[in-house]
Amino acid sequence: MTARLLRDPRVAAGVAIIGALALLAFLAPWLAPFDPLDQAELLRSRLLPPLAAGPEGAPRWLGTDQLGRDVLSRLLHGARVSLAVGALAALLSAAIGTALGALAAAGGRRLDRVVMAATDAALALPRLVLLLALVALFQPSAVLIVLVLGATGWMPVARLARAEMQGVMARPYAAAARAAGVGPLRLLLRHVLPNALTPVLVATALAVGNAITLEAGLAFLGLGIPAPAPSWGNMIATGRDALVQAPWLATLPGLAVAVAVVGCNLLADGLRDQLDPRTAR
Amino acid sequence: MWNRVVVRLLSGIGLVLAVVTVAFVLLQLAPGDPARFWVGPAATQDDLDAARRALGLDRPLLARYLTWLADFVRGDWGTSLARHRPVREVLGAALPATVILTGASLLVTYLGGIIVGLLQAVKRARPLDTALTVATTVVYGLPAYWVALLLVLVFAYGAARLGWPAWLQFPAMGVQSLDVDFLSPGARLLDRLEHLVLPLATLGALGIAGTARFVRGAAVDVLDLDFVRAARARGIAGRRVLLRHVLRNALLPVITLLGLALPALFSGTVFVEVIFAWPGMGRELVAAVAARDYPVVLAATAVFGALVIIGNLLADLLYAAADPRLRETQR
Repeated sequence: MTARLLRDPRVAAGVAIIGALALLAFLAPWLAPFDPLDQAELLRSRLLPPLAAGPEGAPRWLGTDQLGRDVLSRLLHGARVSLAVGALAALLSAAIGTALGALAAAGGRRLDRVVMAATDAALALPRLVLLLALVALFQPSAVLIVLVLGATGWMPVARLARAEMQGVMARPYAAAARAAGVGPLRLLLRHVLPNALTPVLVATALAVGNAITLEAGLAFLGLGIPAPAPSWGNMIATGRDALVQAPWLATLPGLAVAVAVVGCNLLADGLRDQLDPRTAR
Repeated sequence: MWNRVVVRLLSGIGLVLAVVTVAFVLLQLAPGDPARFWVGPAATQDDLDAARRALGLDRPLLARYLTWLADFVRGDWGTSLARHRPVREVLGAALPATVILTGASLLVTYLGGIIVGLLQAVKRARPLDTALTVATTVVYGLPAYWVALLLVLVFAYGAARLGWPAWLQFPAMGVQSLDVDFLSPGARLLDRLEHLVLPLATLGALGIAGTARFVRGAAVDVLDLDFVRAARARGIAGRRVLLRHVLRNALLPVITLLGLALPALFSGTVFVEVIFAWPGMGRELVAAVAARDYPVVLAATAVFGALVIIGNLLADLLYAAADPRLRETQR
C-alpha cells in the first residue's frame, strides 16, 4: 500500500520535502552553527551577506540580520516553530472537523442541517480576517496561535468527513453491522470512521500547509509568536525592513514557507488521486 | 429561482447577524479594558468611570448586546477607539480601494485561470499540460506576502537600480503618486493603473494558479462526455466544440468556485494592502488589530463577511442565468 502510494511522484516528492524539513527542524540544535539569538559582535556582524565570514572567521552561510544574528541558525530553529504549529493546528482542525462530520452524518437529519449550516457560515468568512479578529482579542502566544488556527480550519474536513461517512453508512457492511446489533457509537467508531479516513487524511495534509502559511503570515503582520524566538514569519517581517540592503533576509524564510506548503499540497494532491480511484486520471 | 435568491439573501443576513453576535461575545471575553485605552494611562479613576459611562460599559450585558445589535443594523458602528472618528467613516473611506483591488483581481483571476485551465485540458497529459500543472501547483502554494515582497524587490527596487526601461518599473506604494494633482486626467489614470500593477500581479498570479487547477479538472470531465464526442462526430470544428460545448459546461462549476475563492482572495488582499500601503479595509483591519481598536476590528470582520455573502449571491444568480435546467426546475 505504502509502496504503491510512494510510486506517485507527487506523494514521493511531498513526503521527501516534509520529511527533510522535519528532520532539519528536529536536529536544529545540533545542526545550527550559531545560537539563533546570539548577536555576537553586533557592529561587526550585522547584515553580512550570505557566504561572508563573520568576525570570528567562521562563514555565515546565509548571512546575518540587522542584529547580527545568523540567518541559517534562525531558519533551522524557526522550522521547529512553523512545522510544530502547522502540524498541531492541522491535527486540531482534523479532530474538530471529523467529530462534527460524524455528528452530521450519524446524528439524524436535523442535526445534519444545523452542523452543515454552521460549516457553511464559517466558510464564508475570510480565514485571515477571522484570525486577525481572534488574535486582536487575546495576547499572542504559541498556544493561542495553534488554537485559533485549529478553530478556523476545520470546515473543509467536516464537509469531506460527513460526505464520506454518509457514503460508508449506506454500504451493506454497515447495514450488516447494524443488523448484528452493533450500537450507533460503536458502529461509528469501529466501522464507519476507519473506512472514511481517506478524505480526512487529504484535507489534513492541505490544512498543514495552510496553517504554516497563516502562522508565518500572522507573524509577518507582527501578531504571531512573540520575538525574539525565531519563526519564519517574523524573520520575513524583519527582513522586510531591510529589503533593499539585504534581500536575503526576507526571501530565504519566505522560500522556506513556500517549500513546506508546496510539499504539503503535493502530498495532498497525490494522496487524493491515489486513494480515490474516481478522481484518478 | 427568485425563491432561491430570497432564501439565500435571508440566510446571508442571518449569517452577518451571527457574525456580529459572535463578535460581541468574543469582545466580552477579551482581556483589557476599552475604557482604559480610551482615556490613556495617565487618567484618574474618575476619568475612567466617566469614560466607562460614556462608552456604555456600565450597563448590563443583555442591554449592551441589544443596543449593539440595533446600532449595528442601523449602520451606527460605534467610534474608533484609536482614531476618535465614527467606524463607518473609517471603513467607508477604505472600502472603495479594496473593492477596486479585489474586483480587478477577480477579473484577472477568472480570465487567466480559464484560459490556462482550458489549454491544459485540451493538451491533456502532454508536456505543456505537465509543465503548467507543475507551475500552477508551485504558485498556488506560495504565500501572498512573499510573492508581494519579491515583486517589490524586483520591479520596484531592482528595476530602478539595474536601470530597466521605464515600462518595467512599477511603484510599490499607495494608489497614486504624490504629485498626482499636477497631472492631466489621462496621466492621472495612467498613474493609478501603474500603482495597481504589482498588487494585482500578486493576487492575480495566486488566483490564476488556483482557478486553473480547478478549470482543468472541470474541462477534462466535460471533454470525456458523450455530447462532446457527438458534436465532434457531427463534424463541428474543434474550436467551436471547445467554445460552445465544452467551455459553457465547464464554466458552471467554476461559477460556484467564486464562493470559495472570495474568502481566500480577501485573505490575500489583507497582506497585499499592508505591503503596498494600499489604503483599503485589510490595512485598516491590521492597524486596528495592532491598536486593539475593537469596534473597527469587529465592523471590518462583518463587512468582509457581507462582501463574501454578496459575492455568493451574485454567483448564485449567475449560475441560475447560465444553467437553463435550474430555471426550469426552480420556477
